[in-house]
Amino acid sequence: MQHDDSEELSLAPNGLPLSDQPRWRQDFPIDVPQDNYISRREFTKFLVLTSAAFTAGQGWIVLKNWQREGAAPPPAQKIATLAEIPVGGALVFYYPNDHEPCLLLRPDAETLVAYSQKCTHLSCAVMPDLENQRIHCPCHNGSFSVAEGRPLEGPPQRPLPRIVLELQGDEIYATGVELRT
Amino acid sequence: MKQRFTRSQKMTIVQGILCIVLIIDILQLWLLTATMNSYLGGDSGVPLPAALFSLICLGLNLGLLRFLYKLDRNNASSKGGQ
Repeated sequence: MQHDDSEELSLAPNGLPLSDQPRWRQDFPIDVPQDNYISRREFTKFLVLTSAAFTAGQGWIVLKNWQREGAAPPPAQKIATLAEIPVGGALVFYYPNDHEPCLLLRPDAETLVAYSQKCTHLSCAVMPDLENQRIHCPCHNGSFSVAEGRPLEGPPQRPLPRIVLELQGDEIYATGVELRT
Repeated sequence: MKQRFTRSQKMTIVQGILCIVLIIDILQLWLLTATMNSYLGGDSGVPLPAALFSLICLGLNLGLLRFLYKLDRNNASSKGGQ
């Protein structure tokens, strides 16, 4: 196969021979096509590294998912009595551990609902606003419905995790956490 | 006989590979965000198939990168043989 050796020489962007180039380019000739080739090749290598990082992220999710599936369900925990939460009132409790704040809400005499207090957008603490039948996140003006915990407005896309409640006499127990999409 | 590509041919090849790798990367990024969303939503059936698909994408990317290395190696060896 014949090779054109001229293409291995330094080529200026304007295509003129080296003798017609300004002095600075004659002193410091840059092989622009070769430079372009190497920069694209290096960028491709960087993208493959990024691809490996994405795959590692997927592996991490699989690991966390496997750990979550293997973990025992959280035990039932008494959180309050009916007398401690008035109609239209709210109570903060921690379930299933001390790092997970939750809200117990009593919008009317017959209804008790509980949700995680962490906003599903960026984990800010959400505040009950029972007059407007919503749970408000002050960080980015997101809000969730009281009845279902579903996002009503603002940046949150997922509903608040629901805490499963059980009433035994006048004592309220939390028995599980229900994650939802 | 190993084929030696001219500089412009190599440039076209590397640009084509760059485009394909970029598209695969964007696909992987979308897959990662979708998987994270479903994981946080409590869906435990999504992460494993998504990770397998991501692994296949990485394999494709590595194959393309290997071709790129071979391209340079072929040119270097054919230059040395002249």
